[in-house]
Amino acid sequence: MNRLVVDIKSKRYPKLDGKEPFTAIKNLHVELTDNEFVCIVGPSGCGKTTLLNTIAGLDLNFDGSIQMDGENQHIKTSYVFQTPRLLPWRTVLENIQLTHENNVPLATIKNLLESLGLSDNLNSYPHHLSLGMQRRVALARAFSVECDILLMDEPFVSLDQPTARKARKLLLDLWQMQPRSIIFVTHDLNEAIELADRVLFLSESPSTVVGDIMVDIARTERTVEKIAAFKHQIKESHQHLAHLI
Amino acid sequence: MPRSSFINSTLSLGLLLVIWHVVAILVDSAVLPTPALVLNTLLEAIRSGELPHHLGITLYRLTISFILAMLLGTAIGVILGRHQKTNNFFDSWLIILLNVPALVTIILCYIWFGLVETAAIFAVVINKLPNVIVTIREGAKNLDEELIQMAKAYRFGRFKTLRHVVMPQLYPYVMASARTGLALIWKIVLVVELLGRSDGMGYQIHLFFQLFDITSILAYTVSFIIVIQLIEMTILKPLDKQAQRWK
Repeated sequence: MNRLVVDIKSKRYPKLDGKEPFTAIKNLHVELTDNEFVCIVGPSGCGKTTLLNTIAGLDLNFDGSIQMDGENQHIKTSYVFQTPRLLPWRTVLENIQLTHENNVPLATIKNLLESLGLSDNLNSYPHHLSLGMQRRVALARAFSVECDILLMDEPFVSLDQPTARKARKLLLDLWQMQPRSIIFVTHDLNEAIELADRVLFLSESPSTVVGDIMVDIARTERTVEKIAAFKHQIKESHQHLAHLI
Repeated sequence: MPRSSFINSTLSLGLLLVIWHVVAILVDSAVLPTPALVLNTLLEAIRSGELPHHLGITLYRLTISFILAMLLGTAIGVILGRHQKTNNFFDSWLIILLNVPALVTIILCYIWFGLVETAAIFAVVINKLPNVIVTIREGAKNLDEELIQMAKAYRFGRFKTLRHVVMPQLYPYVMASARTGLALIWKIVLVVELLGRSDGMGYQIHLFFQLFDITSILAYTVSFIIVIQLIEMTILKPLDKQAQRWK
């Protein structure tokens, strides 16, 4: 049983270089339990990345608390960024190994890379790979790390449709093999419905959770038509979310 | 095309030697000896053991002060590049250091610390240090913040981040300041030796100047240029290649 509670009372950016002070997040409360897959959707610029950065401990300057199992200790996160963020001067294998605190057996990493179709690229440098492959390496890196929660910030955003679909399937396969809590940020509601157990809607900034919807379709049955129908259903039943869809 | 560039530089150096030779014969004076004469003197100085002794001492001073200046300069440069406030505060110190003439620092070091080895090396380091700091600071300012965030999110820790994220990005800057540093430092080492040491290349050249022995001055200079080129080719170039292999 693991339980993550994110409670941000307010996250403000101070007045800087003539820019007005800006409240990015206000009274935001999110709970995740038992290896849940939660997608967060919201308009661009509403503070989704800010939210992930506070959970990851990259930004400690906020008012509120982030707790794992009721303890205030440092949460072990894994993070897939919008861009792959691989070290260009290290090989694929080194990029993955560097994130490990203890030695992970080489066979484990090889298996993981093989399941992502990267078994021939162990010793390649990132810029010899296509963007799609680099993203898969970033995914492998994130999954190979022992963590309490996996954060994903629009990881498939600049991939073409077929590649993105394949990547989503890989992600779900990996997650089913190695279950863990995931927060997946996206601006694409279709993607969210395809992936998530639960979809959270964020408002424009100062952002807060305005909708929390369970996706009650079995993952094997999430076809394009069912997703579209589900989306339509949300629009009907939750009028106040219509402008966010 | 490495072969043609090798032929190119050989031809170019050959031409320089020919011009030198022709001018020396035309002038026909003790102030400009011919290349052959210089070579003879050089070989003689090597055989007598005098040149290797003084060259060795100068190279020793050069190595120590080079390593000290690079280590200190990189550390300070990274700190200043990463901390805007510290940088703003100490920037004026750096400007002063950059603008004090080398001769002044050398003389001051000798006066304050005496005519000792430490003073000599300290004077060289002080002269080189600000250049290293400025170059490395520029590199540290331009570090990729996204990769640093990645390192933080994956709990790399200080040492791992420095080794795998920061240093590879600083590498071109370190190499640049190492290259210019080598050229600058050996010039300063000679002045330091000339002013307050009783051995080394600088001391020897000073001696030859008083004896008006131009041939020996040129012979020592040629030997030094060859050694510096060897350092560049056998140490710096391979290091550069090694670090750039991912490109």
